[in-house]
Amino acid sequence: MNFFKRFAQNRGALVGLIILALVVLLALLAPFLYPDSPWRMVQRPFLAPGEIAGFPLGTDTMGRDVAAGLAHGAWVSLLIGLISTVVALAIGVPLGALAGYFGGKIDDALMRFTEFFQTIPNFALAIVLVAILEPSTVSIVLAIAIVSWPPVARLVRGEFLSIKHREYVEAARLVGQTHRDIIIKQILPNTLSPVIVLASLMVATAILLESSLSFLGLGDPDTMSWGYMIGAARTVMRQAWWLSVIPGVAILLTVLALNLVGEGLDDALNPQLARAR
Amino acid sequence: MPYLSLILGRIGKAVIVLLAILVFNFFLIHAAPGDPAAVMAGEAGAADEQFLEDLRERFGLDQPLPVQLWRYMSGVLQLDFGYSYRQQMPVLDLILDRLPATLMLTGAAFVISLALGILAGTLAAMRVKRPSGSIIMGLSLLFYATPLYWVAMMAVLIFSVVLDWLPAYGYATVGAGYTGLAHAGDVAVHLILPALTLGLFFMAVYTRMTRTSMLSVSQQDFVKTARAKGLAPGVIQRRHILRNALLPIITLAGLQAGQMVGGAVLTETVFAWPGIGRLMYEALMQRDYNLLLGIFFFCALLVILFNMLTDVIYRLADPRIKQSAA
Amino acid sequence: MSELSRNEGASADASNAPLLRIERLALSLPEGADRLYAVDNINYELNAGEILCVVGESGSGKSMTANAVMGLLPQGVNVAQGRALFHGQDVLALSEIEHRELRGQRIGMIFQEPMTALNPLMRVGEQIAEVFEAHGLLTSKARRERALALLEEVRLPDPQAALRAYPFELSGGQRQRVMIAMALALEPELLIADEPTTALDVTTQAQILHLVKDLQTRRGMAVMFITHDFGVVAEIADRVCVMRMGKIVEMGEARDVLERPQHDYTRALIEAIPGDAVPPTRDAGDTKPLLSVSGLDKVYRSSGGWFQPKREVVALDGIEFSLGRGETLGIVGESGSGKSTLGRCIVGLNTPDSGEISLNGVDLRALEGRELREHRQRIQMVFQDPYASLNPRIKVGMAIAQGPIANGVPKARALEQARELLATVGLDASAAERFPHEFSGGQRQRIGIARALALDPELIVADEAVSALDVSIQAQVLALLDRLKQELELSLLFITHDLRVAAQICDRLIVMQKGRIVEHGSAREIFLSPQHAYTRELLEAIPGRQDRRETAPAAVGAI
Repeated sequence: MNFFKRFAQNRGALVGLIILALVVLLALLAPFLYPDSPWRMVQRPFLAPGEIAGFPLGTDTMGRDVAAGLAHGAWVSLLIGLISTVVALAIGVPLGALAGYFGGKIDDALMRFTEFFQTIPNFALAIVLVAILEPSTVSIVLAIAIVSWPPVARLVRGEFLSIKHREYVEAARLVGQTHRDIIIKQILPNTLSPVIVLASLMVATAILLESSLSFLGLGDPDTMSWGYMIGAARTVMRQAWWLSVIPGVAILLTVLALNLVGEGLDDALNPQLARAR
Repeated sequence: MPYLSLILGRIGKAVIVLLAILVFNFFLIHAAPGDPAAVMAGEAGAADEQFLEDLRERFGLDQPLPVQLWRYMSGVLQLDFGYSYRQQMPVLDLILDRLPATLMLTGAAFVISLALGILAGTLAAMRVKRPSGSIIMGLSLLFYATPLYWVAMMAVLIFSVVLDWLPAYGYATVGAGYTGLAHAGDVAVHLILPALTLGLFFMAVYTRMTRTSMLSVSQQDFVKTARAKGLAPGVIQRRHILRNALLPIITLAGLQAGQMVGGAVLTETVFAWPGIGRLMYEALMQRDYNLLLGIFFFCALLVILFNMLTDVIYRLADPRIKQSAA
Repeated sequence: MSELSRNEGASADASNAPLLRIERLALSLPEGADRLYAVDNINYELNAGEILCVVGESGSGKSMTANAVMGLLPQGVNVAQGRALFHGQDVLALSEIEHRELRGQRIGMIFQEPMTALNPLMRVGEQIAEVFEAHGLLTSKARRERALALLEEVRLPDPQAALRAYPFELSGGQRQRVMIAMALALEPELLIADEPTTALDVTTQAQILHLVKDLQTRRGMAVMFITHDFGVVAEIADRVCVMRMGKIVEMGEARDVLERPQHDYTRALIEAIPGDAVPPTRDAGDTKPLLSVSGLDKVYRSSGGWFQPKREVVALDGIEFSLGRGETLGIVGESGSGKSTLGRCIVGLNTPDSGEISLNGVDLRALEGRELREHRQRIQMVFQDPYASLNPRIKVGMAIAQGPIANGVPKARALEQARELLATVGLDASAAERFPHEFSGGQRQRIGIARALALDPELIVADEAVSALDVSIQAQVLALLDRLKQELELSLLFITHDLRVAAQICDRLIVMQKGRIVEHGSAREIFLSPQHAYTRELLEAIPGRQDRRETAPAAVGAI
C-alpha cells in the first residue's frame, strides 16, 4: 500500500526499523539466551570483550556477564519506554481532546494544569517522584508518564482546536450528532497521524529518561538496565572503558532507531508536507 | 501602562505555579511510604528521635492536613525551607551556596547550544539537498539520541583521560590557589566540557527546529516578494527567512530551559560540578528528601526565570505582540 | 502610447517590436502531476503601454509564464522549450545574477495574497527601501523619501504613518497598495499582476483596479494582468489571452473577445458571469413566512487575559427580516459585514446575544434539548469550502447517512437513502462507497448538498456555497440548488459576497454592512434602483459593470 511505499522511500527509516527489530529480537530472546539472572557472578571481574570464549562482551566490576546484562536491559528499556508512553497517551489524549473541543473555561483550566506540568523541570520532577515513591518499575513508569504527557495534551488540543471548526464537524453538529460521537468519530481519527509520530519519539525519550534515572541509581533494584550498567561503570572508566561504552552504544542505537522510524512515519503519514524536519 | 500590567500578569502566573509546586511537594511527602517526619528527616532510623519530634512539632503532623499544609506553606513563604539533617545546614543556605555554579553552567550551555544550533540549522536549511546539509542533520540526530550523561563520560574519557587536554572534574583546580583572572581562566577551562556536553543535546534540538522553521518560512509568500524585488539570496536568507524563522525557536528555547536545568543534574554528577544538580544527587544518595524538595522548588524557579526571559525576547522580536498588548 | 522612460538598453529598432514576446514556450511539470506541461507551446506578445489580461480557471497554467519570466518558477517546474524575449533578449537564458538585475528594476510583480506577501517583522518603509537597496541605488535617506513619495502615489491614507507601520497594522487593500508601490519603485517597464484583487472585497478590488489602470496610463508601462474573472477583463484589459489546460484557446482585443467570443470555452466563461447583472423578476412564491428573525444582536468580545483590555466587534446589530416558504433570500455583504455570523446564528452554530429566531412561528431560542434538536434539523447548511466540508476519513455514503443515523434511523435504511440522495444531486450512487478525496471540488459540493438534504429540511442556509469553485462549476451548482429548491419545496438563505452570484439565484436580497441591514428588497429592484449609498457602491464596484451598462438597456428590455 501507499503508506509502506512512502515509509520505505525514507532510507533512514528503514535502517531504523531494522535496528529496532534487532533490539526487539534481543529483548525477546534474552530469557532463552541467558536464562540465568544477569546479576549472577559468572567469571572473574574486568574481563575485556573477547578475552575468554563465551563472554563476547566481557564481564563487569562484579564478574557479571555484560552480554547477559545487555540482553535483559533491552527488555527493560523497551518495556518501560512502551508502557510509559501508553500511560502518557492515556492522560494526554483525553485531556487535550476535552480542552480543545469544549474550549472556554474547561480549556483554560486544563491548559493551566498542563502548563504547570510543563513548567516544572521534568527530569527533576521524575527524580523527585521516583526517589520519594521508592524506585520500582511502577514508580518509574508513572514518573516518566507524568513528565511526558503535556506535549501530547498540547498537540491533541491544537489539532482539536483547528479541526473542530472544520466544516465537516459543524455539519455533524447540525445533523444532531452527540459531542461524544463528534469527538470520537469525526475529530479523533483525524488527529491520529501526528499523535502516532509523537508517540514513536516519546518512546525514545522515555528510554533516555529511564536510563538516566537508573544511571543516578534510581532504577528498579530487581531489574538490570542499561543506565544502571553505565552508572556502575562510571568509577572504573579509566580501567574498563568498554563497560560504559557498550551499554551506551546500545541506548544510542535504540533511541536513534526510534527517531528514524518516527521521521519515516511522519513522511508516510503526512505526505502533503514537503518534508524537511 | 500595558507593559506594567503585562509584567504583573507574568509575575502573578509565576507565583501561582510556585505555590502549586509547594502544594505538590507537600502531598508528595505524604504520599511517600512511611512516617512523613521520617521522610523529611531522611531515611527512617537515620535521624534521632529528638529531631523527628521537632519536625512533628513544627509541621504539626498530628494536626489535620490543611493545617499542616498551611504551616508548611507559611514556612516556605518566610524562606524557611527546613533543615538538612544530613548536611547539618539549613536547606536554603545549601542551595544558595551552590546556585551560582549551576547558573553559570546552564547559562553557558544555553548560550552555546542556541548559538551553535541556530548556526548549524541555518546552514543545513541552505544546503538542503547537499551532502554538507545531510551531514549536519545526521550529526544532530546522533546527538539528539545520545544520553546526556554518557556523552559527558565519553568526553571525559577522550579529552581528559586519553588526550589530557581538559580537566575531568571539579569547578577549579584544587589547591592551586589562583586569584583574579587566573582563577576565572581556571574556572573557564573547567567549564568547557560540562557546558559543551550539556549543550550538545539542546544544540541538536535547535538545529533541527531552525532548519524546519527556515524551510517552512522560505515557502511563504513574502519570500517570493523579496525575490521579485531582485534581492540577493544572502539578504533574503538573513533578513526575511531567518528573522521570521527565529520566532518559534525563541518559544522552544523557553520550553527547553526546564529540560536543561534537569539535565544539569546528570552533567554536574559526572563532572562533580558543585551546583544544585550535584547537590540533588547527593541528596538522593543520602535520602535527604527535605533538601531534595527544596532543590526541586529552586529548579522550577530557575525555569520560570528562563521562561520570562524568553518571553521578553519574543516581545522584542515580534512587533505584532506589542500591538495586541497595547 | 509613448515610452516615457529611461530605456537605456532598448535600441531604436526595438521601439516597435513588442516589449515581451513569448515564443513556443513549454514548461514541464514534475512527475506525477495531472498533465505533462504547465503551459504547452504557447505564443503571445505584450506591447509597451498595453494591458494584457491572461485569463483562465485554476490549473490553467495562467500564472506559470509570468513566473518563468520573473525567474520564480516553483521547484520541479522547468522550461522545456521556447523563449521569452524581453526587449529582444531571452530572459529564460539569463543567469540567476542577470535575472536578479531584471527583477524589481525592469519587471515588477504583485501577488494575490496581500495578507502574506509582506514580511510581518519589517516596517513598510524598510520593505520599500529594500527595493532600491537591492539594486544599489540611492542613499538611505533618499530611499526613505522615495518610499514616502511612492506611498503617496498609491494613495495610502496616511503615508507618513504607513511608512513606519508594520504590515499587520494595515488592511488587505492597503497592503496591496504597498505591494504596488514596491513593484513600481524603480519604474519598471513591465508590471506583472498575478490575481492581485482576488483576495480583496469587491469595493477594494474596484479601487485597486482603478489604481493599476491609472498608474499604467501615467507611466506608460505594460501590464500583464492575470485573472480568472472576465469582469476584471472588461474593466481594464486592452487585449485578452484565454488559457485552458496549459494552452491558449483564444486571444485578441478585449472588446472583440468579450462581445464575440470565438471559442466555446471563452463563451462559457463569459456566460457564467451573468451578462447584464440584472436579475429577472421572479415569482415570490408562497408568502407565508417560514423563518422570521427579529432584534438579533451579537458582539464578539476578546477576553484578552488578566490585565489586557477587552475588544469588541459588533457582528450583528438589530437584524430583522423574514423568509417566505419556497423563497430564496440572498444576504450580501463584504468581509466583516456579519453575514456569515447571521447564517451561523440561524442554523445554531453561533448563539446570538439577544433576539428571536422563529421557524414556523416557534421561537428556537426558547427551546431546549430534544425539542430544539428536532426543530434545528429543519434547517441545514451547505458550506463554503468543498475540501473542508467532508471528513477525509469517512466514506461519502456514511457522511450523508450519519445525520439520519444520529436521529435513530436504522443504519442500512439511512445508507440506502444516501445512495438515492446522491442520484438526486447528479452523482452516481456508487459514490457512496468512496472517500471524499476521490472527488473534485464541484462534486464534493454536490455531496455536501446531499448531506444537507438527508434530514429532509425546510430551509437550507448556503454560506458562500459556490465561492470556492471555478465559475463554470459555480453555474452548475447554482442550477442544482435552484432545481432542488423547486422539486423539494425548499427555502434557501443564500449568503454571498458576490452580487453577480446573488443575482443569478435570489428572489430577494438583504445588503449588510458592519452588522446592520442597510437595504432590503427584491433582487431586481435593488439592482435597478439601489437606495442606499453603500449598495450603489457595491454595485458600481462589480467589475465590468460600467462597461456593460452602455450595452445593457437592450438586455434589460428583453426580459
